Amino acid sequence: MNLDEFFVTGEPLIYAGMVSIVLVTSAMIFLLTYFKKWGWLWREWLTTVDHKKIGVMYILSALAMLFRGGVDALMMRVQLAFPDLNFLNAQHYNEIFTTHGTIMIIFMAMPFLIGLMNIIVPLQIGARDFAFPFVNALSFWSFFFGALLFNISFVIGGSPDAGWTSYTPLAGAAMNPGPGQNFYLLGLQLSGIGTLATGINLMVTILKMRAPGMKLFKMPIFSWSTLVTSFIIIFAFPILTVALALMTIDRIFGSQFFTLTGEGLPMMWANLFWMWGHPEVYIVILPAFGIFSEVIATFAKKRIFGYHAMVWSMILIAGLSFLVWVHHFFTMGAGAFVNSVFSVSTMLIAVPTGVKIFNWLGTLYKSKIQFTTPMMWALAFIPSFVIGGVTGVMLGMAAADYQFHNSYFLIAHFHYVLIAGTVFACFAGLEYWYPKMFGHKLNEKLGKLSFWLFVIGFHVTFLPQYFLGLDGMPRRLFDTAPEWFTLNFISTVGAFGMGAGFALFVFNIYYSYRTSQRETTGDSWDGRTLEWATPTPIPHYNFATLPTIRDIDAFVEMKKRNETTYDESKLKPIHMPNNSGQPFIMMALLFMASFALVFEWITLSVIFLVGVLIMMVIRSFDEDDGHHVEVEEIKETERSLRGL
Amino acid sequence: MSNQTKRIPTHHIIGFVLSILLTILAAWTTIGSDLSTNWIITIIMLLAVIQAGIQLIMFMHIVEPESKNGHVPWNMMFHGFVTASIVVAGSIFVMVYAF
Ligand code: HEM
Ligand SMILES: [Cu+2]
Repeated sequence: MNLDEFFVTGEPLIYAGMVSIVLVTSAMIFLLTYFKKWGWLWREWLTTVDHKKIGVMYILSALAMLFRGGVDALMMRVQLAFPDLNFLNAQHYNEIFTTHGTIMIIFMAMPFLIGLMNIIVPLQIGARDFAFPFVNALSFWSFFFGALLFNISFVIGGSPDAGWTSYTPLAGAAMNPGPGQNFYLLGLQLSGIGTLATGINLMVTILKMRAPGMKLFKMPIFSWSTLVTSFIIIFAFPILTVALALMTIDRIFGSQFFTLTGEGLPMMWANLFWMWGHPEVYIVILPAFGIFSEVIATFAKKRIFGYHAMVWSMILIAGLSFLVWVHHFFTMGAGAFVNSVFSVSTMLIAVPTGVKIFNWLGTLYKSKIQFTTPMMWALAFIPSFVIGGVTGVMLGMAAADYQFHNSYFLIAHFHYVLIAGTVFACFAGLEYWYPKMFGHKLNEKLGKLSFWLFVIGFHVTFLPQYFLGLDGMPRRLFDTAPEWFTLNFISTVGAFGMGAGFALFVFNIYYSYRTSQRETTGDSWDGRTLEWATPTPIPHYNFATLPTIRDIDAFVEMKKRNETTYDESKLKPIHMPNNSGQPFIMMALLFMASFALVFEWITLSVIFLVGVLIMMVIRSFDEDDGHHVEVEEIKETERSLRGL
Repeated sequence: MSNQTKRIPTHHIIGFVLSILLTILAAWTTIGSDLSTNWIITIIMLLAVIQAGIQLIMFMHIVEPESKNGHVPWNMMFHGFVTASIVVAGSIFVMVYAF
């Protein structure tokens, strides 16, 4: 293979990308060496099994992915702003919408939410870490290397270009030769290992490690949403794993599962993909619902309205989410009966979703709302998400969907639910829990400015797209027509507004680091749930002692009784896990095996796989039982943190 | 915790080896053997059931005398069956008969 087949050549934008990658990487290497931080990086971060640090790494990576996906989005919007603009050619445009969609869903939305869960769920339920801290580190590195594998495709080997849905036969070997599509398959497969493991990990943690007295129905809503989400992950992700594996075998080893020839069933890919894909959209929205519930209860200063209805509607959504997948391919031609069945189930799923809207409204009703930035995101979410949901029901009517399908109407729908739902929630959650994570709040003024830029930009971008869709503009189009010019241009302007909002959000992180007042109490917002009972910064064992939980709003109750998470009379040594470099090494080897497989270098891939196997054997015989934090040390830490 | 772990995780090793063997056997049945399609389907289904059994016994602690067999994950197993049925029956409903 020649070097010019290995590296992508001939595109000025991609050369710019290469240059910036080289510059950023060398800058990082230089800084780490100059300030002698390599040891620190390895000891404190690469080998950590602490759920709080892993969560921070998840969120940082997700922000980087939001940046990458956002640049893709802006490039697409520039190309669509004017008819016949030759900013991106057809091939490049195909690659960019593919990487944009995949990155936003798999490498931005999910990791962002999983990052927040990592940090917050153990704190909310009174656990000292995950049930399996080692596996948690493994999950993170699997996601990280999966994302890395997918992201390097645009400079090495070429990006996948068959859409984030990668429908066969287009994505098959016959019509899509070369490594591009393999990057998609193996990048997702690699990070999927981590997602599945996290699902299991979180479920066990929540079921087995709650504080004394915290029955399931006394658990905070965010933890409930996490539990339900883990459930969906555990049952939906294996379907993706199998589908990806089948397509990989098709492409690399010449089987015929999804091919046009040899009795393959190309539409079986779509079928399997959406059996995972629809549950997946609920994987990224349920935690968002959980975050908004916490934020709204805190800043309305009321207990969440209809807690039980809230929980049951989530459980119902989780069940129904496995029964609606066909609404993504009504136009496949399965026949009226099949389509009707799935039309009805799709409309059913909107009911529990609607219930939750009324729960939030009920919580807000007659409350004294405190307009902090996280609360603003939550308030903006409600009406925006309703628009997304209502248009979803329109799409759910099979007959009408023959018109809407694959038009900009669909694009507008899912951006209304994904951005107004998931992305707003990520921002709200990050701002809300920021003081708990980093010991200071984000600046409210800048926060609100970025909020307004982003929210207004969002509506300006996507509202016109409903009308473009109704006007017949198809999705995945690289060159628009003059009659769609005005709305497209407005949409592009909005997109830059969102970009500015995001830039300001990131700048705010830096600005607040320099200027914000440091937290002293640990209870930054007059919180209601257990995470706010810990001191800030949180000691690495989280809770010195655990009070008995009596109420959904555990901390409200504790404050009334003057209880804390430090009861000197109940102190015992705390058993904590040790750091380990194994997860990082194992996943780095798996990354190299996958990379070799992308280029179909089978021998090399097998060699690295043997390396992975050796790592697994080493782990199997590992007798590391962790360490104990002694009472004296706990006393010292807690006394200094609590100023006793 | 530390005093009850054995030096060599026999269960896991046997389970691991068996599951790889069964996978190879299944792959051979479909690729290498010249049995009729019906036989191939029957055999790989059978192998799949055995495979699931091995997972449950060797890795998932379904029989665990120490805890009086109290850890059978009935709930998850039930939902696993439901999901599998949805995948199989749903695919047939949607893809094969295309009502
Ligand atoms: C009120 C509940 C909802 C209903 C009834 C609904 C309905 C639909 C339907 C029928 C489609 C397919 C339309 C077509 O391809 O022609 C669709 C697409 C989509 N929906 Fe929804 N939806 C709902 C909520 C959500 C939520 C909460 C999310 C994610 C947060 C979401 C994300 C998506 C995505 C990503 C697609 C497009 C996938 C693609 O083709 O690339 N939806 N929705
Ligand atoms: Cu769907």
